[in-house]
Amino acid sequence: MEKKEILTLSAIELAENIREQKVTSEEAVRAVFENIDEHECKIHAYLDFWKEESLKKAREIDEMLANRAYSETALNPGNSEAEGLADPGEELPPLLGVPVAVKDNLMLSGRKMTCGSKMLQDYIAPYSATCIEKLEKAGAVIIGKTNMDEFGMGASTEHSFFGATLNPKDTNRVPGGSSGGSAAAVAYGGAFAALGTDTGGSIRQPAAFCGLVGLRPTYGSVSRHGLTSFASSMDVAGPVTRGTRDAAALFNIVTGPDEKDQTSISAPKVDLSKMESYDLTGKRIAVPKQLISGGSIENREAIDRTSEFLKNNGATVDLIDMPLLDYAVAIYYILSSAEASANLSRYDGIRYGYRASGAEDITELYRKTRSEGFGTEVKRRILLGNYVLSSEHFNDCYRQAERARDMLKKAFADVFSKYDMILCPTAPGVAPLLHEIDKDPLSAYIADLCTVPASLCGLPAVSLPFARKEADSARKEEDTADPSAKALPVGIQLIGPRFGEQEILGAARFLEKGGQKR
Amino acid sequence: MKEFETVIGLEVHVELKTRSKIFCSCPTTFGAPPNAHICEVCAGLPGALPRLNRKVLDYAVMTSLALNCEVTRKSRFDRKNYFYPDLPKGYQISQLYAPIGRNGYLLIEKPEKKRIRIHELHMEDDAGKLIHNDLDNSTSVDLSRCGVPLLEIVTEPDFRTSEEVTGFLEALRTMLKALGVSDCKMQEGSLRADVNLSVRPVGEEKLGIRTEMKNLSSFRAVSKAIGYEAQRQWEIVRGGGSIERETRRWDEEKEQSLPMRKKEDAAEYKYFPEPDIPVIRISDKKIDEIRSILPELPDQKFRRYIEEMGLPEYDAGILSANKETAVLFEKTAEICGDPKEASNWIMVDLMKLLNDTGTLPEDMKIREASLGEIIVMVKEGKISRASGKELLKAAFTEDAVPKEYADSHDLWLVSDPEVLKVAVEKVISANEKAVGEYLSGKTKNFRFLLGQTMRETRGKADPALLTGILQKKLSEL
Repeated sequence: MEKKEILTLSAIELAENIREQKVTSEEAVRAVFENIDEHECKIHAYLDFWKEESLKKAREIDEMLANRAYSETALNPGNSEAEGLADPGEELPPLLGVPVAVKDNLMLSGRKMTCGSKMLQDYIAPYSATCIEKLEKAGAVIIGKTNMDEFGMGASTEHSFFGATLNPKDTNRVPGGSSGGSAAAVAYGGAFAALGTDTGGSIRQPAAFCGLVGLRPTYGSVSRHGLTSFASSMDVAGPVTRGTRDAAALFNIVTGPDEKDQTSISAPKVDLSKMESYDLTGKRIAVPKQLISGGSIENREAIDRTSEFLKNNGATVDLIDMPLLDYAVAIYYILSSAEASANLSRYDGIRYGYRASGAEDITELYRKTRSEGFGTEVKRRILLGNYVLSSEHFNDCYRQAERARDMLKKAFADVFSKYDMILCPTAPGVAPLLHEIDKDPLSAYIADLCTVPASLCGLPAVSLPFARKEADSARKEEDTADPSAKALPVGIQLIGPRFGEQEILGAARFLEKGGQKR
Repeated sequence: MKEFETVIGLEVHVELKTRSKIFCSCPTTFGAPPNAHICEVCAGLPGALPRLNRKVLDYAVMTSLALNCEVTRKSRFDRKNYFYPDLPKGYQISQLYAPIGRNGYLLIEKPEKKRIRIHELHMEDDAGKLIHNDLDNSTSVDLSRCGVPLLEIVTEPDFRTSEEVTGFLEALRTMLKALGVSDCKMQEGSLRADVNLSVRPVGEEKLGIRTEMKNLSSFRAVSKAIGYEAQRQWEIVRGGGSIERETRRWDEEKEQSLPMRKKEDAAEYKYFPEPDIPVIRISDKKIDEIRSILPELPDQKFRRYIEEMGLPEYDAGILSANKETAVLFEKTAEICGDPKEASNWIMVDLMKLLNDTGTLPEDMKIREASLGEIIVMVKEGKISRASGKELLKAAFTEDAVPKEYADSHDLWLVSDPEVLKVAVEKVISANEKAVGEYLSGKTKNFRFLLGQTMRETRGKADPALLTGILQKKLSEL
């Protein structure tokens, strides 16, 4: 198969082709690295990758498959020469030979894990995250670690100590964040799929900005063991992929309870054939008006057109009122910063990571290490967290936010007693221009409005690209303030009840197919 | 007449003797080489999450029940945030808002009966240790103790004297050991008590300003520190000064409490609920289950020894005070069928052996059944009481088996009537004069003849049997 042709395959299609030996894993890895060689210097999606080791692993897989084919066709299956080779009867792992990237806040044993921070710039992971182990067991060839906003704090991947990642769709723009490296890598063909992590929208928003599918799974359905904690009660790892089927396949691989994470739970896997036959007839879909009021024209159009499409296919779409959503951003920043302020205390220069020189005593060592080792955004969150947890403000900030979060959870439970899912934008607009966010950090926080509700309530949510073609031609030119934004991807988001992955991915797949047809 | 009153409350830290740590599976072994027992969880590496050891929870519930606490049905952990090099995560995982046990009490007997109220009981992880090296003025960190499970027991300010405090600590230690949840070794730090103390003029209702004293590594230190600190505070108060709210450190060598940190620079701990550990729900069923496996506690034993076994209060108090004497007593009473006799032997003869050898009851080597067997042998006249004492000593010092020891040391009394008859006849014929006098009314000669016969049997005759045979033979003359 030609390189170009290989790169058009989805991750699960590639896996199938590798299993059937129509493509070798080595060819796939080479194709990906050709893209990396070509684009990486400009895009900077990766913090680290390992070409030779990846090719070596790919060749081992190819060899194993060849031996397996040989033993299958061997006249005498009991032949001693065939012993020790892969058992032909045994099912092959689902991502065998597929080159995949992972975000750099996930532990991969023996590899650097920096979290995009100076604090951990030389840190080597001594163990692997559970989700990484599962990915490896599924046969994936992990080729590198992707760039991110420092410790996951930020929505543009500009807050990386190692420099920003650019959006492959428009290099004047950010790819979103914090999993911007994962999204950019998949978007330019530098990986067939990637793992990101999502605390307040860090998978969904970059997926939206890069024209990809990003799934935030139900909180707890993917083990956090080996995921560097930002906000423990919201952190979850999930897939950034080119299509919904890949997202479902990756979710199925990484999900599962883990004794090393007491907040992990057993969640149902997604049935891909049911997803394919998903029927919208009779489905009830809610659009909270609070989540569409402040958005851009592109966004409103995406929601309007999607609503129309859903209705045309038998669903009902209602505009609903969820007044509590007005508080979601405040609740999110109070609680996530509080948790982060404690989670980041372990980076103190004592046992590992960056340590400042020239400190006279222990207090100064802490102060210098943390002042020099953390970037501005991280320090802002730590300060915010300390503020809301201080005895002076604990009751009026932290406790209030905790109560409001419980109320929001209840509000969502009420909505899901009447509706199958929620439809809303992923972000207020298209990907911002570089350095735009730095000018006004508060606006950047407000831009998280559409993603933080699912995070606060532990709900699954998927962002998928809105099919632009038809919308673009229908839109009048003068409606657009920023003409260059016209061609950029816009994401729409489906939020489901806990364990609702099957439902939202089914609907997402329906939209994906419909979009292709239109 | 004392002019002031001391008010004391305790915060007791108890190291639980679970095999593994509270939030990971590292062993809790004491005295391992530095950093031998650490993993990603207790060393605070990125991405590592705590997972609660169920045994710690069971022990905490067990102790809560034994201390008559209400068990919190929806308990959870909180993070206590502060920076220190022995604290790898930058926070301790403790319980502030929903501790596992609340509103309990412990009855103490010494120095007199008193109910000490327990404010709360909570679980937490221990920190590591800093080891200072004077040679190069460096400090090293040993994280092996990080994550060793602790129970913190906080009392109400119910103590008025140091005797009450040590009485409480002894009762608590006895109880925790009976429960099997802790070794309670103060020297090894598995039982640590911080003393909150204030003084006030006698008759005053309002509590004075208190100080907190740390670094008390023995009951003696607790006692001394209370005496010193109360006097120090009262001198200030009496002189018109005011006490500063502060944490003080007890200096064992100087026998002084010294300031450690003032209230003003007390840390802001920024407690908040631990998001990595789900809420702990404890069902009625679970509580019943734990209650059913709760061993009999010292004060229950105490009452049973008095009411059911008929012991005097004094004996019951001593025998029930520790597990080893209680076990030995009950086994002994069971074998010999006479609790009072069992108690006498332990209270008099065994206690003397313990004192003479400086042995602690927990270090006794005597097998549970030995003393009972010895008492039975004495009661059945198979050995003399003196031999019984000799046997007990052998059983106590070298764990001798009573019957074997009696064999090898020829302690058995002669109880064969034929053998005794021969001896009696021999004595009668050898002492014609004494026998004649006896028969003519000089009855006190009986004792002489009995002694002679005893000598003939080298002291091994069963005295009762021998007396009977001698009387019979003399009456036949």
